[in-house]
This record gives sequence, structure tokens and C-alpha cells, in this order.
Amino acid sequence: MMAAGAPRAAVVALRRRRRGRVATLAGVGAMLALACVLSVSLGTRSVGWADIGAGLLGRTDTMAQAVVAVRVPRTLLACLAGAALGLAGAVMQGITRNPLADPGILGVNAGAAMAVVIGIAWFGMATLSAFIWTAILGAGAAACFVYVIGSLGPGGATPLKMALAGAATTIATSSFTVAILLPRNDIAGGVRSWQVGGVGGAAFDAMLPCLPVLAAGLVLCLMSARGLNLLAMGDDAAAGLGAGIARTRALAALGAVLLCGATTAICGPIGFVGLVVPHLCRLLVGVDHRWLLPFSALTGAILLILSDVAGRIVARPSEMDVGIVTAFLGAPVFIWIVRRRRVRDL
Amino acid sequence: MTRLAAEGLSAGYGQTPILRDLTLKVPTGAITAIVGANACGKSTLLRCMSRLLRPSAGRVVLDGRPVQGIPTRALARELGMLPQSPIAPDGITVADLVSHGRHPHQGPLSRWTAADDAAVATALEATRIVDLADRDVDQLSGGQRQRVWIAMALAQETDVLLLDEPTTFLDIAHQVEILDLLVDLNQSRGTTIVMVLHDLNLAARYADHLIAVRAGRVHAAGHPDTVLTEDTVRQVFGVACRILPDPTSGRPMMLPLGRHRTTADPSHRKDAP
Repeated sequence: MMAAGAPRAAVVALRRRRRGRVATLAGVGAMLALACVLSVSLGTRSVGWADIGAGLLGRTDTMAQAVVAVRVPRTLLACLAGAALGLAGAVMQGITRNPLADPGILGVNAGAAMAVVIGIAWFGMATLSAFIWTAILGAGAAACFVYVIGSLGPGGATPLKMALAGAATTIATSSFTVAILLPRNDIAGGVRSWQVGGVGGAAFDAMLPCLPVLAAGLVLCLMSARGLNLLAMGDDAAAGLGAGIARTRALAALGAVLLCGATTAICGPIGFVGLVVPHLCRLLVGVDHRWLLPFSALTGAILLILSDVAGRIVARPSEMDVGIVTAFLGAPVFIWIVRRRRVRDL
Repeated sequence: MTRLAAEGLSAGYGQTPILRDLTLKVPTGAITAIVGANACGKSTLLRCMSRLLRPSAGRVVLDGRPVQGIPTRALARELGMLPQSPIAPDGITVADLVSHGRHPHQGPLSRWTAADDAAVATALEATRIVDLADRDVDQLSGGQRQRVWIAMALAQETDVLLLDEPTTFLDIAHQVEILDLLVDLNQSRGTTIVMVLHDLNLAARYADHLIAVRAGRVHAAGHPDTVLTEDTVRQVFGVACRILPDPTSGRPMMLPLGRHRTTADPSHRKDAP
């Protein structure tokens, strides 16, 4: 052949790209560690290194050490929730070939929240595992509903129609949730702060039941990475390369719903993380989902931790819930994406 | 010798039947071109043969087995399909896109191997896009992009390759270049090629076997010399024509006849007003 013995430029190019991604991965890992340190040390009350060390060892002798003991589970929750939402966003964008897909925009989180509120208000639900499964059920139902509504009419499930269907669903379910809560002063207060989306009330024992669900969602999503790569080329091309289209979509969607449901059950609906993070990661590592998905999880964790820290600092001595901070970050990104895309894609 | 065949195939979208009891054999190791009027079922036929569409009756057979019964990934190692308008994901590089062609050769947990690298490199070389390997696909011209898609299909290393209008939207130079590339592939690897083409003259010149489809059935099939006749063109496309021998290849060449300009034109003279 043409290249007998010659250095195969194409192979060199492939390998160079992989090395670049590994370096970026190390950088993102370091950022995550830094974000965790910031989250434990900064806030309404700042603490020093000595107190952080003591607090991590479980000592709560001084005020500062007690603060650390509260912030550690909070940081961990922000990390888990951010990773779950970032990953779910990347997967949803892959499944729908839709740059605007996000658990918040497509109404999945709002659906989960409504299901939880119905469970509390009408069925007296009180255990955390009940919250989780109800939230997953609500997330799944909302995802199916939005997909069906967004697919109606000519052109099928176009990105803009999906975003509109999701926004409408979010508004409808949120209004319904408010209607349920209005006459219920007994539960309204607690539910309302949860509804904004926050990680402030984190505790280790509340996170524990979520871990298996999050792990299952993580595995399902990461397993779909290759299938999502093929789906990105259109269903026909993907099928021609041997991808099981329906199976890939269903498994990946199930993974994303598990992640969103479990996250919403503990933190409330947090929007825009799943929108912003995958776009950022595509700029860093390209469109290969085998890299994009883990990067989205890591970057989502970083973003949510930093948003939480920002929420603690900007409103001193009070705090701003992380869901509000991510909305401030995410809305401009949403507009940027819509403006940047060629019209035919939307 | 036939590895790929359709037997009594009927198919359509929803309630509208498009293919009606269609039977054909694809000669192995040859280039087959499918021609026909718009909406006659050419693309539907290709979609059925690559199992993108489930026929309502009849079957497509590869090596004696119905393709519906072959596992998706196993089929993708035997038979490649390049659809009419595949989507290049935003910001994907040429090398990454071509690498996707290796998917059917990889198990769910297996790692990328040197053999995969070699297949991708060979595909890039054969389509002469090595220099573009690091470029974004959306920055390329139409002709370059089509070479990238063909490179992906080459990296798939299948014995049979189906292409739905591989030359559409390309200028004449790029059309010829793509068809030459497919002949190279057919000659060097013995790949069986089946493609839908719109241009009858290019189909007659490049194909070893021509299939004319009309109203969901095979109207004529065989060597271009026997298929591309004035009668066939009139029946299949509903247009009168003249058939002349192509002075370079000796294959038949079709000149369509419309209502105007069908006789020697007096205004052709240089001194005409």
C-alpha cells in the first residue's frame, strides 16, 4: 500500500488526541479537589487549615470544627448532585441530539418534584427511600410526556419543540405543585425551600439510600457512551454501524432518569447544570461520549460545589440556594447556545 | 454467485406500499447501480437490504440467512450502509468520525487495538484525507465530507457496501472522484458495491450491473448495455431519449429528448441573429 514503512500520520493524530485528553482529565481532577477545599473552608464563617483537619477527623470541639463537620457532607452532596446532573445532561443531549436538553429544561426535575410533593401532601409520605422512588417515577413520567409532546407535528422531535414542551411542562407541574401546597401550611415551609434546589441541609444518612440509585444510573449512562457516539450521526448511520437504536436510547434514558430522580429527591430541582456542563466539556475534550460523559460528571461536580460556595458568600450573612445560583449562570449560556446554532438545527 | 438477494420484498411507510413483491440478486464482487424515477422505491430498497426498514412481506438474504435474523453487530461486520444524509456531530474531527467505523468490530468491553488504528489509517489513506485527520468535519467542503463518510464505511471493513446517492449535491469533478474511489475499492478489496445513482450516464459507465426500478418492482436488470435502452428509459422515467455509445468507455450513453431543441438548431450557426 501507499504507506508501507512510512509513519502513518493518521495513527499519530489519533494518539496525540488521546494524550491531550488525559492531561485535561488530570487538570479537571485537580480543580475538583480545589473546589472541595474551598467549599469546606469558605462560607458565612471562614475556617483555617487546622480546623479543617480536625473537623475532617470528626472533632467538633470549637465552633469552626463544628462548621467543618456540617460543610463536609454538604460538599459531598454538591459533588454527587453536580456529577449526576452534569452526566444526565450530557446523556439527554446525546439521546435527543438536542443541544438544549437538560434535566431542568426538559421538565424532568420538575416532574420529579411534583411527584414528591404529591406524595408528601396526599399520601403522607415521609421516608427518604419513598421520596427517591417517587421522584424517579415522576422524572420518568415527565421525560416520556415531554418527548411525546415534543415529537408531535411535522419534523418530529426538533430541539426547539422539545425545549418548549419541557418549559411548558415545567411551568404546568410547578403551578400544580404550588396549588397543592397553598392550602397546606403544615408542609409548605419545608417543601418550598426544597423546591428551589439546595444542598444546605445535607447529612450523610440522608445521602446513603441514594447511593445505589446514583451508582446504577452512572453505570447505565457510562455504558451507553459508545451507543451515543453512533446516535449522534443519525439513526440510519448508527443502525448501519450495528447500534441497537431503541435499546441504547432506552437504557441511557433510564440511567439519566435515575440520576435526576435521586438528585431531585434530596436536593430539589436544580436546573441548568446539565445544560452548561456538557457544552463546556465539548470545548475541552470534543464530542466523543466516552470522554464527554466522565468529564461532564466531574465538571458538573465542580460547578455545583462552586455555585454553592458562591451562594454562601454573595448573600452574607445569609445564604442563597444553589438552584438560584445555577439559574443565574445557566440562563446566559442557554441564550448563547440558541444564538450560536445554525437555524436549521433548531 | 450471489451473497445478497431480495426475495418477494414488499415494504412501505405506514399504509403506503412502496416496494411490491420485488426480487433481485446482487452480483458478488461487482458494482451494482440502482436507478429509477423519484419515489420509485430505490432508497426504500436500500433501507430494506441494510435492515433499516423491516419489509412487510418477503425477505432480504445474506449468505442464505435472512438479514432480520442476524445480530445487528454481526450484520454490520458484513454489510456497511452509508445513508443519504448522515449527520456529522458538531465539532467532531475527521479521525474521530472515521474511527466510528470500527464500532461493529469492538466488543462491549474490548479496547481499541492496533488493528483498529491500522484500519482507520488505511481508510484515511485510501480516501486521501490523511491531511484532514485533525480538522473538524463541519469545516470541510461537500466533496471532502463525502470522502470522510466513505472512509468511515471503509474502516468498517465490510465485504458489502450499500450507498444511497453518494454523489448527490457534489459537483461533477467530485462525483467522478467518488465513483473512481468506489471502483478502486471494488478492485483492490473485491468489495461488493450497491449504490443508488441519479445520473444514468455515470451509472452506465461505472456499474457492472444496472438495476432499473419502476413502481416498486425491478423493471430491468443486467449489464448496462442491455438495460440502458431507449425503451427502458421511456418506461422507467417516462422520457424519450437517444442512446449513443460513450466514445471513451463504449458503454451506452443517454441523451434525453424533451419537447424543445430536439432537432438540429438553425440558431446554432455562428451568424444567427
